[in-house]
Amino acid sequence: MNGLSFDRHTRRKLANHVFVALTTGATLFAIGALFLILYSLVVNGLGGLNLHVFTLDQPPPGELGGLRNAVLGSVIICVLAMILAVIVGILAGTWLAEYGDGSKLAVVVRFLNDVLLSAPSILVGLFVYEVMVRPFQGFSALSGAVALAFLATPVVTRTTEDILRLQANALREAGMALGASKGHVIRAVIWRASRPGLMTGALLGFARISGETAPLLFTSLGNPFLSFDLTQPMATLPTTIFQFALSAYDDWRSLAWAGALLIAGAVLSVNILGRVLTRGSIQK
Amino acid sequence: MVSATLASTDPAVPRSEPPRDIPGKRRDGRFFQSLCFSAAMLLMAALVGLILSLAWGGWPAFEKFGIGFLFSSEWNPVTDEYGAAGPIVGTLITAVLSLVMALPLAVGVAVFLVEFCPQRIAHWLGIAVELLAGIPSIVYGMWGLFVLAPWFAEHVQMPLVMSVEPGSWLDRLFAGVPNGANIFTASLILAVMILPYIATVFRELLLSVPSHVREAAYGVGCTPFEVVRAIMLPYIRRSAVGAVMLGLGRALGETMAVTFIIGNSHGYPTSLFSSGSTIASTIANEFTEATGDMHIASLTALGFVLFLITFTAIAGARLLLGAERYR
Repeated sequence: MNGLSFDRHTRRKLANHVFVALTTGATLFAIGALFLILYSLVVNGLGGLNLHVFTLDQPPPGELGGLRNAVLGSVIICVLAMILAVIVGILAGTWLAEYGDGSKLAVVVRFLNDVLLSAPSILVGLFVYEVMVRPFQGFSALSGAVALAFLATPVVTRTTEDILRLQANALREAGMALGASKGHVIRAVIWRASRPGLMTGALLGFARISGETAPLLFTSLGNPFLSFDLTQPMATLPTTIFQFALSAYDDWRSLAWAGALLIAGAVLSVNILGRVLTRGSIQK
Repeated sequence: MVSATLASTDPAVPRSEPPRDIPGKRRDGRFFQSLCFSAAMLLMAALVGLILSLAWGGWPAFEKFGIGFLFSSEWNPVTDEYGAAGPIVGTLITAVLSLVMALPLAVGVAVFLVEFCPQRIAHWLGIAVELLAGIPSIVYGMWGLFVLAPWFAEHVQMPLVMSVEPGSWLDRLFAGVPNGANIFTASLILAVMILPYIATVFRELLLSVPSHVREAAYGVGCTPFEVVRAIMLPYIRRSAVGAVMLGLGRALGETMAVTFIIGNSHGYPTSLFSSGSTIASTIANEFTEATGDMHIASLTALGFVLFLITFTAIAGARLLLGAERYR
């Protein structure tokens, strides 16, 4: 009897130790994967990263070149997309938080927004191709921006709603008591009070889209030359990386690594910046 | 805008009459409200438009091939014959395989961060895990193709193929071109990509278990393992299913990383280490180089099928995870 209970005690202890070891191993695996990926990015990317990357356009294979057109294209398309996404997202989030309470419609919108939040990005690309590229017979930077805006808007909407709900009702009542209309209170008091949160929403949206490749493949397409024409195809960093990485030329591949390092660095720092801004006061 | 009408000295104006600028303000308020409302409706229209445009674009393929589109694995742009079975099976296999690999890891990470790790370190480890989710999928793809695949071919695939008996069922399971680009490595990459999503949600769920429940279990002498297994996991099981389905939704729709490493061959995958394709990778690879209208229509129809599959997973996940948000 005594031996049996001792046995069971050891067994339970042993099981627990194994469990702790397994969970520790899982965490080490995840952290290890992060560092492995960052390590190979830095090792392979730093070699190709020099001033030419920012000052020269993409080269034909075998010649000196950089990624200037792709970097600029990415910046233009992402900024355009963010302008659209911030306007629509903040307004929609405001409606959900301030006006939609208790209505069935708000529940539906909130649900669909949550679904859009994790919708496959390639389908968004197909959608924009159907409504913007096919009817006008041409790939364009503008359609790329719209596709990215579709991906960023749900993020902005969700964060805006969460942030506005955090504001104390006393703030709203104080504004109203001064005789301001509801819309005025929202714009002049609530939005102002939640400015860091709204910024975070925009940053998270930006982090979501800046590395996206799939929706750009059939909207902005890509362009080997520097272009500022929004109605024409435009190069972006991710699509150029895609093209270069799958090519057979070593210099293109090393440019692709440099581009990947750039884009991962940008996305990760925006992510961290967004986190610092809110200091973890909101959940994803 | 707000004109001061605080001290109205005119005795002809009764006190109860509202100030002059109310109608203007009301119009302004209504305008702002309808602006917000139309933004919300635009979001809804986006999703409806997404479904309709995919169905509309894919209609020629559904019309020509009928229900057989879903069950034929023939994909031949030369004869203009298209069947979606290969990519559909590839999508489901890679998604399920990656989930099988990612789920135990994700639960492990979440439990470790909540139960065993000092809170200060847990905070930073949590951020590191979330950063894993922030890495763009094209970077995962490049890493998979240039780092993981060669390593995997040399250190896992070759030794395995060498050591198994030719002709046995293991040999058939491990058959394939030893270049590391196959459905197994694609699933492995997918697993690393969805791990942070599942782990983050699981961590929040575990933190939501009331501390008195946990402490009561510890109080009767449970080991941490028993507390997690018998108390905490059952407590969160409903939302946990939601978290898993959210990860599944991600894995199903992931494009770039898979396109890089899955090998891109049509038809059914024949072994664990054979190349294959998913719906998303097929679209990404062929759409801009499509040869004819029927090719484009078939790819769009594939997109529609992918939408139905992912929508089911994501909608289910959201309903299980946030029931109180939709009330």
